[in-house]
Amino acid sequence: MKQKLEEIRARAREELGSVSELSELENFRVRVLGKKGELTGILKSMGGLSAEERPKMGQLANEVRQNIEKMLADKIEELKAREVQREIESMPVFDISVPMDTAQGSYHPITLVQRQCEAVFKSMGFAVEEYSEIVTDYECFEALNIPKDHPARDMQDTYYLENGQLLKSHTSAAQNAIYKKYRDALVNEGKPIKAIFPGRCFRNEATDACHENTFFQMEGVMVDKNISISNLIYFMKTMLSEVFQKDIQVRLRPGFFPFVEPGFELDISCLICGGEGCASCKHSGWLELCPCGMIHPEVLKAGGIDPEEYTGFAFGLGLTRLAMMKYGVKDIRDLNSGSLKALSQFTEDE
Amino acid sequence: MFLSMNWISDYVDFSGLDKLDLIHRFSLSTAEVENEIFMKGQDLSGVVAAEIKSVEAHPESEKLHLLKVDIGEAELVDVVCGAPNVRVGMQTAFAKVGAQIGDITIAPRKLAGYTSYGMCCSEKEIGISDDNSGIMEITDNLPNGTDLKDAYAIDDIVFEVDNKSLTNRPDLWGHYGIAREFAALANRPLKPMETADLHAYDTLPKVDLKIEDPLCLRYSCLQVENIHTAVSPVNMRIRLYYCGMRAINFLADLTNYLMLEMGQPMHAFDSRKVEKIRVKRFPVPFTFQTLDGADRNIDENTLMICNDNTPVAIAGIMGGLDSEIVEDTTTLTLESATFDAASVRKSTVRLAHRTDASQRYEKCLDPEMTVPAIARFVKLLTDTDKGARVVSALTDAYARRYEAVTLQFDRAFIDRYTGISIDTDTIVKTLLSLGFGVTEQNGEFTVKVPSWRATKDVTMKADIVEEITRIYGYDNFAVHTATAPLYPVRTAQEKTVEDKMKDILVKRFALHEVHSYIWAYYDEYKALGIPVEENIKLINATNPNIETIRKSIIPTQLCQVRSNIGFAPDFGIFEIARTVDGVDASNLCREYKKLAITLYSKIKTTESLYFELASMLANLAGDIKHQTLRFETTEPTHVYEHPRNLNTVLCGDTVLGIIGTVHPTVSKKIDKKASVVFAEIDVRAFSALANDGIHYSEPSRFPEMEIDLSFVSDTYAPIGKAIAAANCDWIRKTTVVDTYRDVAGKSITTRLTFANPERTLTREEVMQVVDGIIADLAKDGITLKQ
Repeated sequence: MKQKLEEIRARAREELGSVSELSELENFRVRVLGKKGELTGILKSMGGLSAEERPKMGQLANEVRQNIEKMLADKIEELKAREVQREIESMPVFDISVPMDTAQGSYHPITLVQRQCEAVFKSMGFAVEEYSEIVTDYECFEALNIPKDHPARDMQDTYYLENGQLLKSHTSAAQNAIYKKYRDALVNEGKPIKAIFPGRCFRNEATDACHENTFFQMEGVMVDKNISISNLIYFMKTMLSEVFQKDIQVRLRPGFFPFVEPGFELDISCLICGGEGCASCKHSGWLELCPCGMIHPEVLKAGGIDPEEYTGFAFGLGLTRLAMMKYGVKDIRDLNSGSLKALSQFTEDE
Repeated sequence: MFLSMNWISDYVDFSGLDKLDLIHRFSLSTAEVENEIFMKGQDLSGVVAAEIKSVEAHPESEKLHLLKVDIGEAELVDVVCGAPNVRVGMQTAFAKVGAQIGDITIAPRKLAGYTSYGMCCSEKEIGISDDNSGIMEITDNLPNGTDLKDAYAIDDIVFEVDNKSLTNRPDLWGHYGIAREFAALANRPLKPMETADLHAYDTLPKVDLKIEDPLCLRYSCLQVENIHTAVSPVNMRIRLYYCGMRAINFLADLTNYLMLEMGQPMHAFDSRKVEKIRVKRFPVPFTFQTLDGADRNIDENTLMICNDNTPVAIAGIMGGLDSEIVEDTTTLTLESATFDAASVRKSTVRLAHRTDASQRYEKCLDPEMTVPAIARFVKLLTDTDKGARVVSALTDAYARRYEAVTLQFDRAFIDRYTGISIDTDTIVKTLLSLGFGVTEQNGEFTVKVPSWRATKDVTMKADIVEEITRIYGYDNFAVHTATAPLYPVRTAQEKTVEDKMKDILVKRFALHEVHSYIWAYYDEYKALGIPVEENIKLINATNPNIETIRKSIIPTQLCQVRSNIGFAPDFGIFEIARTVDGVDASNLCREYKKLAITLYSKIKTTESLYFELASMLANLAGDIKHQTLRFETTEPTHVYEHPRNLNTVLCGDTVLGIIGTVHPTVSKKIDKKASVVFAEIDVRAFSALANDGIHYSEPSRFPEMEIDLSFVSDTYAPIGKAIAAANCDWIRKTTVVDTYRDVAGKSITTRLTFANPERTLTREEVMQVVDGIIADLAKDGITLKQ
């Protein structure tokens, strides 16, 4: 009997050694350890043993059973581990080196530049205003101290419509409405007028790489009791440094615009060379950036504001020009072309 | 306009000062100077006056001559010269061996077998005129060997000022006015101009002159005769040339010189043709031949100078051919006048003919200048031509004067405007240097504006601020921030909505934002077979292709999609822009702000693309306004709209816009094999929608129950309506999980999710609601799929 038990143990070890599938183990378990299995069969025949031998054999049989159960459990572990390994190995290594699909939407570059400017001005307490594109002669000229026959009207080739209205030739066309909108708060509550108004402008001219009949500007005004030229220089320098994310030097030169007095051309230190002089600033170290000035008393008056009591400054940033400078767009026509080959490159910025 | 530093130096002593630095300061304080500054004469040396002593024909060349030239040295010099005008006794410009002319250094050189030791030069070669017809003829009898740069003002610094930056400064259209600015900047006195005393001629007869039209402010004239000088002095010609004018003859040069010096245009008539000067307009249009030979159409608004009733010049623009100075002219009448600026400007535009004179008149010239200009003319004329005689008294009609401008202000005003403190002395000195009359007492200023600044330029206190600050220098300003109370600033809702729309469309739906134009592009529309719809038009479009303002962005966007089909098999574009729909009752344009979206796909079906677009719109409404959209079928009103799938987009009862598929005739022209859908939403209407906000509901802790119902129906609309009609709070979500079509027709599987936050729902009570919905639909003949 002892021999039989040893045989069973040896055979079990041998059989388990050759099993490679988990499913085969259940058969083995039933055949060897099951109720009708080999081991049970042997135990049943223990009745024929002497009282002396029975406990010894019983002990041995238990030992063998435990042995086999342990071997079985180990085998199960082994096979499960092997299966996981097989699963791991069955997975291919992905080729992460291929170019990824980065398809995403895009903003128009004007939107990007406009948002950057708006953020700067908002942080300094300027309201962002909206205005129409089709305006009256009064809004675009008369209210801005540009009467009929004024030579300044020659400077801007304006698109006129059949009904006498026109496509606004500059964002300054919104000034009068802005003054009227905020005048009461200024006069009655002492709230300074601080506003910017980005918008699309139109000039009746032939287009080429540098000229467009449709482009964007951003006007800004600030009116209060003691706004000065010194304030104007401070704000322009501070705001432009924020817009360009670097310390910008500004300089003013006299410039003639009927709606400001004094009027200035504002130059900034060249963004490329920082003022040393290079090809992009024609070796002058300066770039002409935007017209600005102290709001003309007649313009304030037209907006219902007493120029004896209030002063203010105004400026006009060329957003289209800014976008071209910022992103290195060489042909202005790309901006209105609708060409996705060009425009889809302008994803989120900053 | 080109300016000569030599000329300016006639009136300001710059000794000890850096002229280039002054030009730079002029640019920062007065008017923009172009980057390129011309250092005239810098590349010229070793050119001397030389007399041609002998001329021999070259034995083999018809053109060349062999000369012996006296250059003021012991030996005559052998020269080979090809100029046609060589002759014995002529004095000319001679570049000696070693001379520098531009990049060329003169060396002995063999020409057709003979060596030339130097070169006779034309005026063009030495850079003082564009005359290259022969070698320069010097008539000033210079000692041979005189360096030409010593004899003539060839060395000069010439700079250019952008005319646009002088628009508001009539006084800066001549060197004298520019010199005044330089004097102020250099803090040096401005020298007076030398003029003749015209009173000397008071006893002579006057010219018959009458201004018959208020468009002429002042007309001054004088008659002169016996002028025999034909060629202007070299220095005068050099200045004219450096300033961009060609020398013509002494008389013409002199009027041009005066204009460049004082800014006052002048004209010389043959006195025989202007016996009775009348300034007037004619009621009937006619043709007039100007001295350039062109026939010009004169209308009833054009001011003319006339000899009684015969027009002889277009006032302020150009003289007539008939009254020009000719060979046998003996007496000439000199005009120095001022005309209405706007009138000259309009005539210029009408005639499409801008001249140096009209360009100046347009700027509102100072009428006080007409007489000094004549006095200066007589001085320059008689200095050069000793025989010239004045034969009339100064005749001066002064019809209209500008009002004298006097301004009063105090220090506090200047301080407030500048934000810095400029001391009283500096203010007074600056204004005086610019020609203003100033009195000051205890910080109170009374300023008299000089006539040359009082025609329109300086009219108010703010103008004075500019005068003071620009000379003070903006670079010298201390800069500081403004102090004002702080208030919260809200961005206009419409603007915020617009920004959110862009973010959602770009970030969530990967669309591309594009820009286009406000008008309809005829050619592009034509390519898609889309007619340009009648709308308000531009009256002065230079390109007739863009005359009509567009009513909708969609046609433009379809054109843009077409031009982008190579970009990707599947993409979408959008734009927020303006459209116009005719005019309102006040004759003002009805301007709209629209969001237009067009999707294109070679991969997706039109149906799935349509749903994608509809869900984008629903997303915008849901995200920005927490509102639900609905769609109603509608009839096409534009040729590009497909009659089958076209819906009005609504929120509640507010019409927001349209969503549609493209008419096959148009879509075929875009891309035969792709799907294209579009939508256009009124941004202002959308922005005005109430924000329904977030309605928080406690998540149910009890299990939800899902019931799927498949109804046979062509559309979901009645199903949705029946579910809504059940008005059951337990229905938390309704989704369509499947649609399919078989012999029984189209079935739509709708999943209803039931939940109650307080308890577990029983199947019975849920089925009661479901049965109600089924029964409701059965009334419309819609049954469950068997």
